[in-house]
Amino acid sequence: MTYEQLLTRTALADERYIVMTAENRALVRNIPQALGKRFIDTGITEQTMIGAAAGLALRGRIPVVHALTAFLTMRAFEFIRTDIGIPGLPVKLSGFIPGLLSDGNGPTHQALEDIALMRGIPNMEVYAPADETDLELMLPYIWSSAAPSYVRINTRPASVAHQPFEYGKAEVLAEGSDITLLTYGFMLECCQEAATILRTEGKSVGLINMRSLKPADEQAIVAAARNSRLLVTAEDHFLNGGLYSIVAETLLRRRIAAEVVPIGFKERWFRPGLLPDVLRHEGLTGKQIAAALLGCAAGHPQQAAASYPFSE
Amino acid sequence: MHTGWKHLEELALQVRTDIIRMSARGGCFIGASLSAADLIVYLYAHYLNLHPGNLGDPGRDYLFLSKGHDVPALYGTFAALGWLPAERLRNHLSVADHIYWHPNTHIPGIEFHSGSLGHLPSVALGVALDIRLRGGANKVVCVLGDGELNEGSCWEAFMVANAFRLDNLLFIVDRNHFQANMATEDLIPLEPLQDKFRAFGASVRRIDGHDFSAIDTALRDWPFAEGRVNVLIADTLRGKGLPSIERRADRWFCNFTDEEAEQLLQELQGQHQAQLGSQTLVVR
Repeated sequence: MTYEQLLTRTALADERYIVMTAENRALVRNIPQALGKRFIDTGITEQTMIGAAAGLALRGRIPVVHALTAFLTMRAFEFIRTDIGIPGLPVKLSGFIPGLLSDGNGPTHQALEDIALMRGIPNMEVYAPADETDLELMLPYIWSSAAPSYVRINTRPASVAHQPFEYGKAEVLAEGSDITLLTYGFMLECCQEAATILRTEGKSVGLINMRSLKPADEQAIVAAARNSRLLVTAEDHFLNGGLYSIVAETLLRRRIAAEVVPIGFKERWFRPGLLPDVLRHEGLTGKQIAAALLGCAAGHPQQAAASYPFSE
Repeated sequence: MHTGWKHLEELALQVRTDIIRMSARGGCFIGASLSAADLIVYLYAHYLNLHPGNLGDPGRDYLFLSKGHDVPALYGTFAALGWLPAERLRNHLSVADHIYWHPNTHIPGIEFHSGSLGHLPSVALGVALDIRLRGGANKVVCVLGDGELNEGSCWEAFMVANAFRLDNLLFIVDRNHFQANMATEDLIPLEPLQDKFRAFGASVRRIDGHDFSAIDTALRDWPFAEGRVNVLIADTLRGKGLPSIERRADRWFCNFTDEEAEQLLQELQGQHQAQLGSQTLVVR
């Protein structure tokens, strides 16, 4: 089933659902015919769409709203925080082409701070599915919950067999004593490949798909820190405010010291281009990640972490 | 009657050729690039006192490309004028260069990055305000898409420009009558557009945006009225020059095969229409 089919089925079964877009129709192309007047396209007006979604929610509706992530979470940020966050209205935000998925668009379209922004809003839940299957496993919960939520939409085909979704739980795909890779969203593809390579090099490698960044599965993070010599956070997001921050906050709160290699973007945007080229250029292919981590695991994780070339 | 437009027509044909080449191997926003091509060529090649060599000149003009998606027209114009080595157009979407789907200042002569709609009206406003503060005859032009006018920030900038009586500022609307997925009038109607701008205090002209004479006649009257911000509504065709994609809602972002691009190049030269099978409306 596709995102669009699941949304159509959900909305047809329950009159409370309204599907909205700020003229971004890639994933809702057939919804106008299916839903009629419960599909609302406000044009290229992200702020007005969010304000209107709050108004609809005040009347008992559950708006599922769509826009490119960069414009949804950034242009409309204060409307989301003030009109949806303060009253805690059940508005469901679906952000298209987050992180690396904006490939050749350039910095205006690179949402690398969406997780940080959205998790900063009290009571907002934040989800980042690894692929379309993962997305469909979590959406029934997300759309039926009473909380406001943000989903970093990802409709790429699955590279792993997923476990059922459980609220507040990460998906532990593997446990390992040498290295545990913690990741979310698109980067699971790269981490899965890296883990496979590292295992052929004799390493015991864990792999965790976070799925939900807020609430984050702190137990999974703590268990990985206790059981693995090296933690790696891999995300197509700025290091500020994303998974690296979440892991740091979690471990500090519990007074756990750990070796952590952060893979993400530090104080810069990525070079625009077609996705496979971008990955190679930024050192984010599974092969490149594995090679860098083999250096870390050789015995000097602190030095290696500091010199990981792709975080700079 | 000015008869010297042949040079601009030749430049525009070259620019359209480059746009078509950029619509393959990753693709580009071809519809909006073709609609804006004549305006961009006229402004850079004929009208403005602006080129990569005079950016430090205190008297030079400014051009802000707010709609962003039409940047292939700008890359093509810069190449045709010798401001950007033509062979670099082959680097479109390469991580080794900076020629991608939206304008950025790594390309000398591009004033400001864009791609998020409704930002440059206010940036252009700031530049025009400073020119007024310091005293200067520099012209400031901001090119907008018609779909872009959905964004409320555009109208805030128009109101503020009116409040400061900025007749050194011109907003040109590339009125190609489409936004990403559909005709503007089928979604968030803009007409009567002149009346909207007039109600915001602007002095408005409306012309055929593919007619160099008409563009020239209008811009010779700058400022259109003393103390009023200028607005030029340029009626254009999405996909202008290629009958097989003109005025089509489903030809926004296109990633054609090399063969389709080759057919489109022939179509541009007046030969038979291209047969296009590539997927359209990929959201970028």
